Amino acid sequence: MNVVIVGCGRTGAFLAALLEGSGDTVSIVDLDRAAFKRLPGDFKGTPVLGDGTDMDILRQAGIEKADAFISLTQGDNRNLMAAQIAKKIFGIAQVIAKVNDPIRAATYRGQGLYTFSRTTILGTLLHATLRGDKTIGPNLMKAAMKHDEELSLQLPDVLP
Amino acid sequence: MYFVVAGGGEVGYHLSKALLEAGHEVMVIERDRRRALWIEEQLGSVVINAPADEGKYQIQAGCQRADAVLAVTGDDEDNLIISQLAKLKCGANRVIARVNNPKNEIVFKAMGIDETLSSTRVLMGVIEQELPTGGFMPLMPLTRSDLEVIEAEIAPGSPAADKEIEAVGLPEAAHIGAVVRSGQILRAHRDTKLRAGDRIIVFAPTAIEQEVRKALFG
Repeated sequence: MNVVIVGCGRTGAFLAALLEGSGDTVSIVDLDRAAFKRLPGDFKGTPVLGDGTDMDILRQAGIEKADAFISLTQGDNRNLMAAQIAKKIFGIAQVIAKVNDPIRAATYRGQGLYTFSRTTILGTLLHATLRGDKTIGPNLMKAAMKHDEELSLQLPDVLP
Repeated sequence: MYFVVAGGGEVGYHLSKALLEAGHEVMVIERDRRRALWIEEQLGSVVINAPADEGKYQIQAGCQRADAVLAVTGDDEDNLIISQLAKLKCGANRVIARVNNPKNEIVFKAMGIDETLSSTRVLMGVIEQELPTGGFMPLMPLTRSDLEVIEAEIAPGSPAADKEIEAVGLPEAAHIGAVVRSGQILRAHRDTKLRAGDRIIVFAPTAIEQEVRKALFG
């Protein structure tokens, strides 16, 4: 699967590494060159420096051949604009946008975009965990914590 | 008429002021508290201090009954979402969005926002209108000097038309670098005769720009 990610923050870089691990081809766009330092040292995908709401930059990132598009920048509006460009102009089948304002996330979900809000995802998950819920929480938490362990194992051991 | 102006930056403020002066009703939505207070001091109680990209505040500002919602922040992505929300959430009658990057005009259209205004394009239009034949356009300053490059078109009837360059009466410090005639570059000599329709490139100290203009246009 060819995947274009906009936003190389912690989540974007982590997701890029996961996708690469599962055999997908990733290109990742960010305005800030320093953001690409978050990518793993052996990242084989394509970092693209530029504005993820600019069609020419997205073309450079290979959007015309992409199977999936995910926008994860810090700005809700930026993510919504990038995602709509991917869906309506480039016709990408699977388009996901992070929209932290839950209301805006719902509005655009009604328009056919797959939006998610970190606010409600985390809040719902934590609430379920606190309440001892057995369906939502445990599996996701377990999978996430396993990744945390894997990532921390990549650090060199300096303690005696 | 009633207008909601989303974004109280330079464009939003002056636009609101002009609309008020023309006798319209206006409500400005401005995110920054200090800027909102300042606008209120200037224009009266016509400001809501809130983000314009949230449906709640758009309704509070009356986007649903406004004759037009004007999304004029400095960020294209914000103007796009403000415009779409005003349509989706408020059923706004009419939405006009400012587009800073002219490339985004197509993007906005594809996303259902038909009325866009590109400041870059508007400015270009104005500049082109302001420059009828015989235009005089300072192109750019030259780095590390007080000099600039000027492009000028010799209009029929200009005092410089049909004169040799040395007879044009340009200030001493100004030099004609080249003459563009029918798409060809001619080297400018003292005895090159300027013709109507020529475009000339002049190098001159910025301080004497007006004298150069006078020599060429009277």
